[in-house]
Amino acid sequence: MGHPAFSVSHREQVAPMSFVFYVLAAVTLAGALAAVLLKNTVHCALALTVAFAGLALLYLELDAQFAGFAQILVYIGAVAILIVFAILLTKGSETPKDGVYSKNWLAGLAIAAGVFAVLGWAVLESARVLPGSGGTPTAAPAVTVLQIGNALMGRYVLPLEIVALLLTAALIGAVIVAMHEKEETR
Amino acid sequence: MLMQSDLLTLSSLNVPMPPQAWIVRWLWLIPVLPIIASGIISLLKQPQRKLSAGLAIGSLSFSFLLSFSAFAHRMGERALLLDFGFNPMARDVVNITWFQVGATSVDLGWVLDPLTAVMLVMVSFVGLLIFIYSVGYMEHDENFTRFFCFMSLFAGAMLGVAIANSLLLLFMCWELVGLTSYLLIGFWYQRPSAAAAAKKAFLTTRVGDVLFLLGMVWLFAQTGTLLFYKGGAGAIEPAALTALLAQHAGLGLSAAGAIGLLIFAGAAGKSGQFPLHVWLPDAMEGPTPVSALIHAATMVAAGVYLIARVYPLMAAGAHAGGSTAALTVVTWVGAFTAVFAALIAVAQNDIKRILAYSTISQLGYMMAGLGMGGVAVGMFHLITHAFFKALLFLGAGSVIHGCHEEQDVRRMGGLRTDMPLTFVTYAIGMLALCGFPLLFSGFWSKDGILEAAEHWSVAKTPFYMLVFGALLTAFYMTRQVAYVFFGARRGSEPAHESPRVMTAPLAILAFFAMALGLIGMPAWPWFRAFLEGRAMGFDWHGFAEPGLLALMGTSTLVVFLGLGLGWWLYGDKSPAPQEPDALERLAPMPWGWLRDRLYVDELYGVTAIAFYGWWARVADWLDRRVWGGAVAGVAGAFHGWARFNRFLDTNWVDGGFDKGCEELASGGGLLSRVQNGRVQTYLRILAAAVVGLVAILIWSSRP
Amino acid sequence: MTPLTGYLLVAALLFSIGLGGALTRRNAILVLIGIELMLNAANLNLIAFWRYGPHPEALTGMMFAIFSIAVAAAEAAVGLGLVIQIHRHAHTTDLDQMNRMRG
Repeated sequence: MGHPAFSVSHREQVAPMSFVFYVLAAVTLAGALAAVLLKNTVHCALALTVAFAGLALLYLELDAQFAGFAQILVYIGAVAILIVFAILLTKGSETPKDGVYSKNWLAGLAIAAGVFAVLGWAVLESARVLPGSGGTPTAAPAVTVLQIGNALMGRYVLPLEIVALLLTAALIGAVIVAMHEKEETR
Repeated sequence: MLMQSDLLTLSSLNVPMPPQAWIVRWLWLIPVLPIIASGIISLLKQPQRKLSAGLAIGSLSFSFLLSFSAFAHRMGERALLLDFGFNPMARDVVNITWFQVGATSVDLGWVLDPLTAVMLVMVSFVGLLIFIYSVGYMEHDENFTRFFCFMSLFAGAMLGVAIANSLLLLFMCWELVGLTSYLLIGFWYQRPSAAAAAKKAFLTTRVGDVLFLLGMVWLFAQTGTLLFYKGGAGAIEPAALTALLAQHAGLGLSAAGAIGLLIFAGAAGKSGQFPLHVWLPDAMEGPTPVSALIHAATMVAAGVYLIARVYPLMAAGAHAGGSTAALTVVTWVGAFTAVFAALIAVAQNDIKRILAYSTISQLGYMMAGLGMGGVAVGMFHLITHAFFKALLFLGAGSVIHGCHEEQDVRRMGGLRTDMPLTFVTYAIGMLALCGFPLLFSGFWSKDGILEAAEHWSVAKTPFYMLVFGALLTAFYMTRQVAYVFFGARRGSEPAHESPRVMTAPLAILAFFAMALGLIGMPAWPWFRAFLEGRAMGFDWHGFAEPGLLALMGTSTLVVFLGLGLGWWLYGDKSPAPQEPDALERLAPMPWGWLRDRLYVDELYGVTAIAFYGWWARVADWLDRRVWGGAVAGVAGAFHGWARFNRFLDTNWVDGGFDKGCEELASGGGLLSRVQNGRVQTYLRILAAAVVGLVAILIWSSRP
Repeated sequence: MTPLTGYLLVAALLFSIGLGGALTRRNAILVLIGIELMLNAANLNLIAFWRYGPHPEALTGMMFAIFSIAVAAAEAAVGLGLVIQIHRHAHTTDLDQMNRMRG
């Protein structure tokens, strides 16, 4: 197996989880739960926004400031709004007659639970196998926007251009897809 | 009395044998010629009457000529005197090996000794006369050709019996004779009574033949050969007889005695001795020439001839002047039969049936004569009886023919004037049968038997029985002749004399019925001497034997008594058919018993036949229920198995297959439900699969 | 429990919640919401591994996460456009009623 990827020499004391983490985790999870459980679709979208916000704060906690702000800008500022627009355009605010959950919702729940079980098991298993991984690193990385800009233009220029292409295509595609087509709506 | 077995054969003396005469080598032609004729006749068509009759008569005449030359050869042999001063036993034997099994060989062969010679001449001569007679008798019958075919076959087979040196060959010809008897008794097979009579004859003689076969097998087992004479090694030659005498067979008998009794059983069946006599009266259903040839002269005599042939075996172990157990049994059976049948003959009304019972009675005489007096005594009576009984039957046939197929004596009468020639010949035959003194052969032959009976060492009772039988014989024959020829005509139509082709044989037979007596007189016992191979001259002193004249007087007295009684009761009276018989009026109850043949047939019906009926029912039940049931059970088992297989096939194999296909289809149907068109379902499945895969991955990569 | 484990568990839980929502809700838009939650969980995973990994100065994890956000946004746009178009045709967003792909 080789030496573990994450090692703590001298048997250092591992830092416990901080209080902030727990709070933020709770907020995020609560928001996510609300997003999937609420009856009113608009309330779901708003709960989703809370979840996004919680996640952004978690990124900030993780010293990924740029990612955190990008999360707020893009997700909360664009995706959530988009979702709300879509809900409103599709009359999603009306409660459907048959209930909000599909038939056999229990199967879906079971599968999701299964997925969590597997993932959790993987995580805990690796934690057991590789003790001391994920301990406090030497220092928090000092990540500046300058560095990110340099990386984008330097090392990651190809993905950047491709993503640009992708975004263009998505833009055009979304417009086309959502366009009113006069013949079909009749 | 010299026994044949005491004399030596030429070959055993190691004397150079003279070359065998041609007649001895060609002796086999005598029976074969009529058989070939029979074969040719069987291929002819019915209308070819002249050809078939000609073939039959021609072949039998040729056989007769050959028989006569054989007889002459035997006569001439006796003139040979060899160095040691006595005539050798004149016997020529030709033996052929039929087949061999390992060390044992089965042989056939023929013998020409005096016994054979007289039998051959008698059979062929009487047969020839009867063939000629049949041409006239069967003229109006449409199955003329078939008749001569069977008669010829019979003649050949009977001659075969006469010349056989092997008990096996004798038995084969014996069976052939029985077969032709069956065919001829049932000649008019459309008549149910004839068919039944033929069956009865065959089955009754069969009973005897089975015991005969047993005796034959035993003899073969003991002596290793079935040949009579084989240069000292034959089955009835001294060496074999000594061995047989030494063996004990239970019941105080030696093997020789037991085998002798078994062979006698066969002879009793064929010769109609009590209790196997029941077939003979019924055999009168056949045409009259058949009755004459087969059931009077020849076939029934075959039994007597057989006993004469194996006489050394029957007489083995007797002290001088004594008797053996086998011969004693033969005597008693014969004597009893003689009286029994004579009694029944008194009360019969069918002309042929009277003669049939008379035949049975005379056969009893012959058997008694063999038992008490030896071969010569019995055979002499056989020869004379053949002639006068054939004469009587042919005469009866002539009467029946003349009375337009009427057979009841109560409806005849007065034929003395209507059919004179028949009357004269018939009278001669009747007197011969009664034993009228001096002129008729029957007197001399019967006296020979009575003389032997008088001197029998064991008991005197057979003598008295035979004398009583003679009385009865005279009585019933007188009754018959009175009914038929005397008195007024009671029939419906007038009778006419028979044509010459029928009366000529009658005349010839009548002549011999008288003349044959001459060769057996005590003064010139030529017959006995011939059989024993001695020369004999005419000697009046033969009459001087003590008691002989007294015996002749006694028998004469008895004959006249019978004749007188008969005439007193029946002579010249002609009672109407429906009136009771004269004797019946005197003693109605015994008359009834006698007329009903002393209920022997009824006894058989109640015992043997009833038993066979029961046994047949048991066998039928067994066959239908048990074996049939077993077969049905097996069939049912197979049925069930087949049905089970069908069930398996339909339900399990086919059904399974169908079910499988159904399941496959429904499985497909089930599987297709996964494709329900809903995205979330697909997603769920996807997620579940990924979960599974990841779990496996993690599990397998655990350290 | 190390911080990394904690973040990973949170991310796992978030992912499961998102998946559960995607699998159980009728409305198509809510399925998209679930998908967004799943993507965010993955992002969280990435950032956590970047933070507690061996070479945070390489910025690999964060760049990955940033690109993921961008792509997710594009995908959300297109997806919602599709939902709107479907709504125009079927006059409903109920996924249980959309089984034209059946068979």
